Amino acid sequence: MQTTWAYISNYLVYSAMAVFTISFIAHAFETAFAVRAPEVADSTDGGLLTKTLDYKRTEKTARIATAMMILGFFLLLGGIVARGISNGHVPWGNMYEFSITGALAFTGAYLAALRKYDLRWLGLFISISVLLTLGTAITLLYRDSAPLVPALKSTWLVIHVMAAIISGGVFLLANVVAGAYLYLERVESRGARPLWLQRVPSLDVLDQLSYRLVAFVFPLWTFAVIAGAIWAESAWGRYWGWDPKETWAFITWVAYAAYLHARVTVGWRGRRAAWLCIFAGSTFLFNYVYVNVWGSGKHTYSGL
Amino acid sequence: MSKEIEVPELGFLALLRYVWRQLTSMRTALILLMLMGVAAIPGSLIPQRITNPIAVRDVFEQNPELAKWYDRFSLFDVYGSPWFSAIYILLFISLIGCVLPRTLEHYKAMRAQPPVTPKNLSRLEHHQEFASSEDALKVAADWFKANRFRVRVESDSISAEKGFLRETGNLLFHLSLILILVGVSFGSLFGMRGEAIVNVGERFINVATSYDSLAFGKLTGAGTLKPFEIRVDRFNAVYDPKTNAPKDYTAWVTITEDGASYKKVIKVNKPLTFGNTRVYLQANGYSPVVTVRDSLGNVALQGPVPFLPQDGNLRSIGSIKVPDAEPPVAFVSSFVPTNARTTDQGAVSIFPELLDPKLLFSIWKGDLGLDSGIPQSVYRIDTSKLEKIGLGSVKPGETFTYPEGSITLETVVPWINLQIVKDPGKSYALIGGIVAVLGLLSSLYGRRRRIWIRTTGGRVEVAGLAKNSAPGLEAEIENFVRAIRGEK
Repeated sequence: MQTTWAYISNYLVYSAMAVFTISFIAHAFETAFAVRAPEVADSTDGGLLTKTLDYKRTEKTARIATAMMILGFFLLLGGIVARGISNGHVPWGNMYEFSITGALAFTGAYLAALRKYDLRWLGLFISISVLLTLGTAITLLYRDSAPLVPALKSTWLVIHVMAAIISGGVFLLANVVAGAYLYLERVESRGARPLWLQRVPSLDVLDQLSYRLVAFVFPLWTFAVIAGAIWAESAWGRYWGWDPKETWAFITWVAYAAYLHARVTVGWRGRRAAWLCIFAGSTFLFNYVYVNVWGSGKHTYSGL
Repeated sequence: MSKEIEVPELGFLALLRYVWRQLTSMRTALILLMLMGVAAIPGSLIPQRITNPIAVRDVFEQNPELAKWYDRFSLFDVYGSPWFSAIYILLFISLIGCVLPRTLEHYKAMRAQPPVTPKNLSRLEHHQEFASSEDALKVAADWFKANRFRVRVESDSISAEKGFLRETGNLLFHLSLILILVGVSFGSLFGMRGEAIVNVGERFINVATSYDSLAFGKLTGAGTLKPFEIRVDRFNAVYDPKTNAPKDYTAWVTITEDGASYKKVIKVNKPLTFGNTRVYLQANGYSPVVTVRDSLGNVALQGPVPFLPQDGNLRSIGSIKVPDAEPPVAFVSSFVPTNARTTDQGAVSIFPELLDPKLLFSIWKGDLGLDSGIPQSVYRIDTSKLEKIGLGSVKPGETFTYPEGSITLETVVPWINLQIVKDPGKSYALIGGIVAVLGLLSSLYGRRRRIWIRTTGGRVEVAGLAKNSAPGLEAEIENFVRAIRGEK
C-alpha cells in the first residue's frame, strides 16, 4: 500500500512536470508571437505600438499557459499529499520532499500574486524555474519514502517547515521581481524597451511589488525562526545553538530586516533596494543548498 | 549630515552628545545590522567549539599555523567573540537610543488630540461634498466611536484619527528584541548544562559528581542544582529494518523528588521538566556487563561498562580498565550489537539492535596510570606502556580465559545519555519572540489614517489622509459617507 502511494506520488510529480512544460511552451509562444506585426490591412488606427504588439491574438495561448500552471500546481499538490500518505507523516523529511514542496510554494505564491497583479509576463520565468527545480529534485535528490528520525517527530515539523517553505516561495518570487527590475532598468537606461518587454509593468510597480512581497512574508519568516527555536528547545535542549542552518536563517532574517529598514526609514528605492533584496534572497537559497548538501550540523539528516 | 564640521572647541559633553547622536542614527543602526549579518557568516563556515569541537581539533592537528591565526581572531568562537559582541552591543545601544525616545513621543501622541481640521479639505485625499441634514456631525461622531477612532470635536467639524497600532507594533517589536537579548543573557549567566550517561537499571542523582560534563553560567554554581533522582527502568529503541535508521527512542524512568516517587516517560521531543530545569534524552548506546577475574580467581571488576557508538549501527568502542586485578589489566575493546563477519574491516555491526552481540578485545597488562593524575578518556586507553598479552572475543554468557585471568560477558544493557539543562532566561526569550511576531504583524499591516468632516450651512465636506500611502482609505470613507447619508 505504501509503495502504491509512493508510485502515485511519483506519477503525479512527473505529470506536473509535463504540464509545467506545456505551460512553459505556451508562455514562450505568447511572448514570441504577440510581437509579430499584424497584417497591414488590419491596422486602421495607424499607431506604431498597436501595429506590432497585439495580445489579442495570443490571449488564448496565455489563458492556456495560466490554466496549465494551475493544473500543474494541483498535480504537484496531489503528488505531495500522496507522498505524505505513503510516508505516514508530512512529507518534509528530506531534500527531495523539501524541493517539491518549495516548488509548490513558489508556484502558489505566483498564482496568488496573479490574482491581484498582472504578472503573466513572469510566467515564462516561473514555469522554467519550477521545471528545473522539479527536474533536479527527481533526478538528483530522489530518495525512497522513509520513516522520520525521532528528533523530527513533532507537531512543530508541520508548523516550522510549512512556515519556512511558504516564506521561501515568496522570498524567491520577490527575488525574481527584483531581478526583473534590475534587468529592465538596464534596458531602459539604454533607450526604450523592446517590444516584447512592453507589457512588463513599469519600474515603479516592480519596485513596489518586490517590497510588498517581502513585507508581507517577513513576519511569517520571523515566526518560522521562532517556531524552530521552540522546537529545538524541546528536541535538542537549547533554543538557539548557532547550528549552520540556524546561523543562516538568522543571516537571512537580518538581511531582510536591513532591506525593510532601508526602504521604510532610509528611503532606498530602485536599484540599491533591488540588489539588497536579491542578496537577502540569496542567503535563503544558500542556506537551503549549502547547509543541506555540504553542511554539517543538526539540520542535516541521513542522505540529504 | 556628514558635512565637514569644525570641531575645535567641542567640549567633552558635546562630544558625547555627538557620538550618541551618530550611534543612534538610523544609518548607523542599519550599518550595524548588516555588519551583524556579515559577522555571523564565518561561524557557519569555520567549525565552532560550541557546535563541533572535534572538527576544531582536526583543524589544529592538520593546519596548526592556520588554526593559531583563526584562534587569535576568535574564529572558533565567533558568537562569543569580542568583535561579534561589540557589534550586537552597539546595535542594541543604538536600538535603545532610537526606540526609547520614539516610545515617549508615541505615548504623547496617543494622549494628544488629533490635529485641528485643515481649512481647505478639498486639497486632501478622497474629498467629497454633499448636502446633508443637521445632525450629520452627531452621526459622524457615533460612527467614529463605533469604529474606534480618536476624535477632536469642534463646533463645526470633527477630526478623527486611527491606526496607532502601527507605531505601537513597531515599537513593541523593537522592545521585544531587547527582551530576547535579556533572556539570552540571563540564561547564559544563571543557567547550567550538563550530560550524564546512565545505564538502564541504574539511577542518576542530580549532584555535580554524577555528571560526565557540567558547565555553569558565570553567576551560578553547584549549589543551585535541583535535588531529584532519576532511575532508568527501561529503554527501547525502534529501528527501521529497511534503512536501519532510528524510528523511536523511549526511556521509562522513576523519579524521586521531595521524598515522593513517580513514573515518567522521556522521548526525544518530550523532555522531563523540573521548573527551569529540563532533562532530555539525547543519545544512547550499549554497556557490556562483564565480570573480570584475576590470576588468583578473585572478581576484580563486575558491572556494566559504557561503550561509545561509532556509527549508525552502533559499533562501539570502549576500554575495560581493571586496575585492581593482579596483575592490572585493560581490555581495548569494540562491541557490535549485530555481528557480521568481514575479511578486512575487523568487527562490523550490520544492525543497531542486539541481534547477535559480540565483544572483541585485546588484553594488555601493566600500570594503567589511573593514579597519575592525568585525566584519561573513559573510552580509550594509552597502551604505550602496556604489554599485550592476548586477543579474544566473547558472546553473552561466554567466558574467555587467558593466563592472567578471565573475562565473562554476562549480558548487555543499553545506556542513555541524559542532557540536563537549566535555562532561567528562556521564558523571557519566548515572550519576546511572541511579542516580536505580533508587533511585526501590526506594524506591517497596520494603517494610520485620518478622516475629517466639516459642516457649513447644510453642506458636508469629508476628506481623509493615509500615512505611508496605505491602501483602503477610499473604501472606508465611502462607508463613512454612506453612514452620514443614512444609507446602509
